Amino acid sequence: MWTFISRNGLILAGFAVVSTGLIAMTFYATKDEIAAAQEKQLLSVLNELVPHDKHSNELHTDCIIVKADPLLGNQPQRIFRARQNGDNYAAIVETTAPDGYSGDIELVVAVDTNLNSLGARVIAHRETPGLGDKIDLRISDWIKSFTDVSYSEETRSRWQVKKDGGQFDQFTGATITPRAVVNAVKNAIIYVELHGQSIFESPSSCGAPDTLVTPDIASTGSQTNNHTNGRYQ
Amino acid sequence: MSEDKGKSQYTDELKNLSIQGIWKNNPAIVQLLGLCPLLAVTGSVVNGLGLGLATTLVLLGSNITVSLVRNFVPNEIRIPIFVMVIAAFVTVIELIMHAYTFELYQALGIFIPLIVTNCAIIGRAEAYASKNPVQFAAFDGLMMGLGFTIVLVVLGAMRELLGFGTLFDGMELLLGEWAANMTLVIYDTQANFLLAILPPGAFLGMGLLIAAKNLIDGAIAKRKAQSEQKVVQRARVTGTDL
Repeated sequence: MWTFISRNGLILAGFAVVSTGLIAMTFYATKDEIAAAQEKQLLSVLNELVPHDKHSNELHTDCIIVKADPLLGNQPQRIFRARQNGDNYAAIVETTAPDGYSGDIELVVAVDTNLNSLGARVIAHRETPGLGDKIDLRISDWIKSFTDVSYSEETRSRWQVKKDGGQFDQFTGATITPRAVVNAVKNAIIYVELHGQSIFESPSSCGAPDTLVTPDIASTGSQTNNHTNGRYQ
Repeated sequence: MSEDKGKSQYTDELKNLSIQGIWKNNPAIVQLLGLCPLLAVTGSVVNGLGLGLATTLVLLGSNITVSLVRNFVPNEIRIPIFVMVIAAFVTVIELIMHAYTFELYQALGIFIPLIVTNCAIIGRAEAYASKNPVQFAAFDGLMMGLGFTIVLVVLGAMRELLGFGTLFDGMELLLGEWAANMTLVIYDTQANFLLAILPPGAFLGMGLLIAAKNLIDGAIAKRKAQSEQKVVQRARVTGTDL
């Protein structure tokens, strides 16, 4: 009896090891390629959010990495700076909505210096096809409802889905997803409001991911946490 | 002599597997397996072809592996092992597509990992690959995958043609830059034909495909019956002549 169980257990374990090894090998072989493809996509999204006639610098090289902050989804994120002939124009913030319906939703949000939202795009998500995936620009135009929306203390209550009394549509059958996205965009704007100038003044540091910049104004309880590679799941 | 016989049995088996996979036992329109991805992604030819190829690769890999290990795997734990093999192949294909066909990967989205739940794959592993030698199992996987891909592409073509008036739009997502000019504009539409693009269109198209197959099968059966009758008649005629 015991030999029977342990024999089968060993065979199962053997298969598990081999198949995991195969996946790990493929993962390492494709890792760089996937990262490059994601960067390429991000770059095109950056220029879509802040078109070329609104900035004169190279967006993807003028960027800082900021420490994990609850407002940006508890992961170190990048912020790209758009400047027009030396004048600060907008910050494009990478952020994560941790409360999507199935896992994290990765977003970029463009916020200009007057705290208007210039637009947002979803970079990666795993929301339900046909319901929550309408946040994806390929599926529907919903994400464009963040284009040129102003934000201030007074309009703050309007930054919710209509069901909660705000101005953004929810989807039939899916409220959790748009709620998560609206919150993430709002929090990104609040982050820019709190850190203001320091976002634009910190030296560019994206080439060296080890040097995390903390914008010097007291942040809202910034904390680091350990699962920083959540974007891969 | 016996070698010849073995050879003809071999080709007979391959022929039989092709007919079963592509027509008689087609996973999509006869076994009706894997309908969820089938109906969801067939909005265009390129999506159908992409998912079809991915499924074929998984079927091929899993059938070969299952057949190779069929003599070592105890019967009691074969199902978890098949699931593990299939899941590993799906993950590998997903990573490869993520790396090399990034936009197609995004367009197909959740349906690539969902290949793992396509019953056609574990069905073939259990019903065929676990009982047959590796070359037949591989061929069976290839043919079943081909049958599935053909249905995906035909359904995708129907919906793309009706919905957008084009064919092969976006082929460069799968095949690379040289395919960028493959788009055929059959007719220009101002408004897309929504019914064809939305999921109900997939159901209707699927129904029409199954009906067409039954029609053809019916016609073949009828012709066969007729020709058999003719033979009988002729036999009787010659009989009276004598």
